[in-house]
Amino acid sequence: MIINHPLLGPRDASEFTYLGDASLIDRPDWQAENVSEAFYEYGYLRDNPAGEHQELWYHEAGDRSWLVVTRNTLTHEISKVELARDVARARGRSK
Amino acid sequence: MHDLVAITALGGTDPHVDTVGGVTCTEVPGVALASVAARMGQEDNTATSLAKLIDAPTPDIGRWAGTTISAFWAGPDQWMIEAPFDTHEALAEQVKTAMGDAASVTEQTDGWTRFDLNGDHIPAVLELLCQLDLRKLDPGSAARCSIHHIGCFVLCRTPESFSFYGPRSSAGSLHHALLTAMRSAL
Amino acid sequence: MTQTNRLNGGQIDRNTSLSFKFDGRSYTAHPGDTLASALLANDVRLIGRSFKYHRPRGLLTAGSEEPNGMVELRTGALKEPNTRATTIEMFDGLEAKSQNRWPSLKFDALAVNDMFSNFLSAGFYYKTFMWPAAFWEKLYEPMIRRAAGLGALSQEADPDEYDKGFRHCDLLIIGAGPAGLMAALTAGRAGVDVILADEDFTLGGRLNSETFALGDHSASDWAAQAVAELSSLPNVRLMPRTTVIGAFDHGIYGAVERTGDHLASVPAGKPRQILWRIYTQKALLCAGATERPIAFENNDRPGIMMASALRTYANRFAATASQRVAIFTNNDDGHRTAADLHAKGVTITAVVDVREDAPTCYDYEVLKGAQVIDTKGRHGLTFVEVALADGSTRTLESGALGVSGGWNPNVHMTCHQRGRPVWDDALAAFVPGENLPVGLSVAGAANGVMSTHGALQSGAEGAANALELTGVLPDLPEAEDAPVSQTPFWYVQGCKRAWVDQQNDVTVKDVKLSYQEGFRSVEHLKRYTTLGMATDQGKTSNITGLAIMAEVAGKSIPEVGTTIFRPPYTPVPIGTFAGRMKGQEFHPTRLTPSHYWAKERGAVFVEVGNWLRAQWFPLPGETHWRQSVDREVRQTRASVGVCDCTTLGKIDVQGTDAAEFLNRIYANGFAKLAVGKTRYGLMLREDGMVMDDGTAARMAEDHFVVTTTTANAVSVYRHMEFARQCLYPDMDVQLISTTEAWAQYAVAGPNSRKLLQKILDPEFDLSNDAFPFMACGNVTVCGGLRARLFRISFSGELAYEIAVPSRYGDALMRRLMAEGEEFDVTPYGTEALGVMRVEKGHAAGSELNGTTTALNLGLGKMVSKKKDSIGSVLSERKALVEPDVLRLVGIKPLQPEDKVTAGGHLMNSEGPVDAAHDQGYVTSAVYSPILNSNIGLGLVKNGAERLGETMRLVSPLTDLTVEVELVSAHFVDPEGERLRA
Repeated sequence: MIINHPLLGPRDASEFTYLGDASLIDRPDWQAENVSEAFYEYGYLRDNPAGEHQELWYHEAGDRSWLVVTRNTLTHEISKVELARDVARARGRSK
Repeated sequence: MHDLVAITALGGTDPHVDTVGGVTCTEVPGVALASVAARMGQEDNTATSLAKLIDAPTPDIGRWAGTTISAFWAGPDQWMIEAPFDTHEALAEQVKTAMGDAASVTEQTDGWTRFDLNGDHIPAVLELLCQLDLRKLDPGSAARCSIHHIGCFVLCRTPESFSFYGPRSSAGSLHHALLTAMRSAL
Repeated sequence: MTQTNRLNGGQIDRNTSLSFKFDGRSYTAHPGDTLASALLANDVRLIGRSFKYHRPRGLLTAGSEEPNGMVELRTGALKEPNTRATTIEMFDGLEAKSQNRWPSLKFDALAVNDMFSNFLSAGFYYKTFMWPAAFWEKLYEPMIRRAAGLGALSQEADPDEYDKGFRHCDLLIIGAGPAGLMAALTAGRAGVDVILADEDFTLGGRLNSETFALGDHSASDWAAQAVAELSSLPNVRLMPRTTVIGAFDHGIYGAVERTGDHLASVPAGKPRQILWRIYTQKALLCAGATERPIAFENNDRPGIMMASALRTYANRFAATASQRVAIFTNNDDGHRTAADLHAKGVTITAVVDVREDAPTCYDYEVLKGAQVIDTKGRHGLTFVEVALADGSTRTLESGALGVSGGWNPNVHMTCHQRGRPVWDDALAAFVPGENLPVGLSVAGAANGVMSTHGALQSGAEGAANALELTGVLPDLPEAEDAPVSQTPFWYVQGCKRAWVDQQNDVTVKDVKLSYQEGFRSVEHLKRYTTLGMATDQGKTSNITGLAIMAEVAGKSIPEVGTTIFRPPYTPVPIGTFAGRMKGQEFHPTRLTPSHYWAKERGAVFVEVGNWLRAQWFPLPGETHWRQSVDREVRQTRASVGVCDCTTLGKIDVQGTDAAEFLNRIYANGFAKLAVGKTRYGLMLREDGMVMDDGTAARMAEDHFVVTTTTANAVSVYRHMEFARQCLYPDMDVQLISTTEAWAQYAVAGPNSRKLLQKILDPEFDLSNDAFPFMACGNVTVCGGLRARLFRISFSGELAYEIAVPSRYGDALMRRLMAEGEEFDVTPYGTEALGVMRVEKGHAAGSELNGTTTALNLGLGKMVSKKKDSIGSVLSERKALVEPDVLRLVGIKPLQPEDKVTAGGHLMNSEGPVDAAHDQGYVTSAVYSPILNSNIGLGLVKNGAERLGETMRLVSPLTDLTVEVELVSAHFVDPEGERLRA
């Protein structure tokens, strides 16, 4: 596969390390009321879509950027690649 | 002045030189390195100070630039600074002074080993080594890639001159990979 | 002149003669020959024995689709079995042997199988060798393996070198026949980057096999001119001898270039083959078509070949299988072979055409509406029996029979991403379907465009469309444009032993039988009969098999469907996939800064991931590793020892939020750590399990140096980047690895301070007050060399770690040894390191095994609940904090000489020994020369409350039961007085 890195352009997927569902960005608040339940869901429950899937890839053999890749699990078509840091900020993460 | 004798990454007192088919592979221990990473919100200040330090425009993504002191892009708002070891062994301190609080600076000199390839037909060697699109690798390019499963930087100085930086501990394996590719392609 | 079947003309260099050997006999050939063409020219038709029945077999084709003509090429370790004679480019001194015969090709003892063929039909092995089960492994399988199979491996290591490489282009053209060449000219002249790959050593495809003209030139001359023009274009790369083996996601293609196979010997340092990964936006498949046979009685005798192959041998290689040739065809293409051979002086005994309305010819006889019903000839064809239209029979005396059943487009690559071909009624063949790999399009015969003009035009248009070129297409040369329609004729009715798949000895009857026995899916048919398996993957047999199955099922061929095509297109040696990554170079090797010194010193090394670390340093007279390791431990604990610990991961963490960042990464707190101090840090995974441990030294308010274990250096760095970029994107923190930059040595033992004081420059005070336990700082050594000093201890002794730039590491180690002589200093390796950490009760890799929590390791109190940190919440899950969870303990046998086995399980002193009563297990075990006893660390249920208890340590696998006592994990200096001294 080829991942079109937002900064570096098309790079072979073998340069990247896969982590998993991009929902791993949405780490719960440690002081939330139902914190155990929230972390359990965060840690263990994943959607497994047959179709578009947002997932985290790390450019290990490149610039060390974490990316959010939108990939169709049926066709491998990659429709979007973003810097994970931008996605995290857009989802309200900060410090 | 301390009295400890340095060895090169390949274990010699003198740099290793090999020539195959008109291309020379030279071990280059005489280089000092320091990394620069902009602090949050100080990206512009870092770029400005960096340009002053290397006396050239701050290198963009995938590029290198500079004169005696030069820099190449290593990641978002991160650069590696190169300078002659003999005159800049304390490069990290010098860079830190130049950057002030705008950037984090880390000595990287001995984190890396450098090999320079000089001669014709280097792309024929490179295409056996890395996945980079060589059509995009012109003088001024700096790219990180994997060579023989070793994370490396490849810098194109001129069409006949390339520098390879790899982790110092893997110098032997990287050197082996370069030489076998040279023997194969040239 | 032995080449009795050499014809005139052809593209061989008659001025040069090459000699080669087949089954020990010498023959001559010319450059431009393949082994197959040279054998035919020398009147050798019998090449091998068949897979199952050991029937005599010859060549069927002239290309990579060859099912029969396989040999063992070269000798000794270089021997390669199952090599297709049709693709072996001739070189001087070539040696080949026939295979699957004993004692000789002409007399093969196992040919007796053929007489029992009635018993050896489809599924024979499955049905026969079922009982008794124990016989399978010992008797049946070895017997079958000896009888079946084809060539034999050399059983030696492959001495050849292989390479891998990477190329990028705008358009990859697969196949250099008329469509591929025209496409390359179109794209090449437009200036885009083109790679044109073809499996043959001469580009041109069938243009080299045909006699018709392209414009003013012969077909082969036109091809040569096109190749010459393409060679002159800097943006075009020609890759002959290169098979594109697979189409992968996003425009990645695998290709095998045979750089050395056509040479008598591959020059030193050069690869035999290169596995290329080609990256391209667009690809154009111009793979042509493969002629398909007709099945009839005894259709497998040497000399019975594809009609197009006979034409290739005659026109390109100037060779014929016989001087008397018959043709059996259902279409006009068979007649071309007859005409071309006739023009070369070969006698055409007759053209047998199944069509009543076949074209007439006045140069030789055409038997219209006739069929071949049998053949004769033990080691090669002698007679062809023909049933004529009027019901009478004729016998044709012929040494070769060319068979043509029409052409199948080579659609394989279009199916590599689960695309399925579709049936074309006019062609009576499968053509590429809609669902092609992204960026791939198809031109020429591969797309069902069968005329030469059509191929040229679709090649030009294919390239222009793929690249969205505007402007006028190049002029096409005049070329034949005969309409092609094929009325299928799969097999002659009434035949008993008619081969469909010659490579796997599958007959028409076998296909029908498998259907009758209930194998309805085409995939099941394939697996039951082995139709279409092995090296040729059924390139000449699949469609016939499907057609027969469709007939007996009363369905149409598209209803029956096809099996799926998968990479590789043709067989690839395993060595080619390995490339340079073999032996010592299987993975990169990392050397420590003291490596060369340690080697001089005679150290024994151990692989730790990619690192080579000194395991111990034997002294003269030490004959057992334990002698060296025990001594290293004693000397270190008694005085001072030095160990290279550079391999520990080092990560520079800087930024105004560096301390807060470490607070999140580590379970324990770092915000309040003073500058100049180091702290042990415990890192959890988000699920609450321990991920790694190490130290973080605060070098400045906004600067930490973090260490990781050797094994986790890469994954911890990745994890920290994940936290930095994905969880805390606005924190001001910067990371970079410095693992390699510093040579770091542990200097441990009661005399470590004295030794280091000799190295350190005088202005640095090492006294306990000035530089207490867990202090850190920048220092200089040996007259001004910058260095870092940490007062940390893994051994439990008074200890430091000193780091200098790696290039000076070798010199520093030598200096430490020289200056330490007065203290009887010893270097120590990873074994002594391991012994001392077990004696001290420090958890390491065996304990940080991914299933342990901080509580398990006795570090539960380190998990701060006053702050947010990764893993903190889930570490409190109910099952992880039950009272009887595993706890780290020390294990001491009641008899000191009794062995403690890592991996052994702990059972109560009384009661059953089984999994249900398991109390825990031993994680680490060493011999302690300090305690003069074997000792271990282990995890035991509620272990912290059970110290003093006697248990049984069992290892049923090694039949071991030892009585042990649970003790504190801190065998040595439990109060930690030494390291604070």
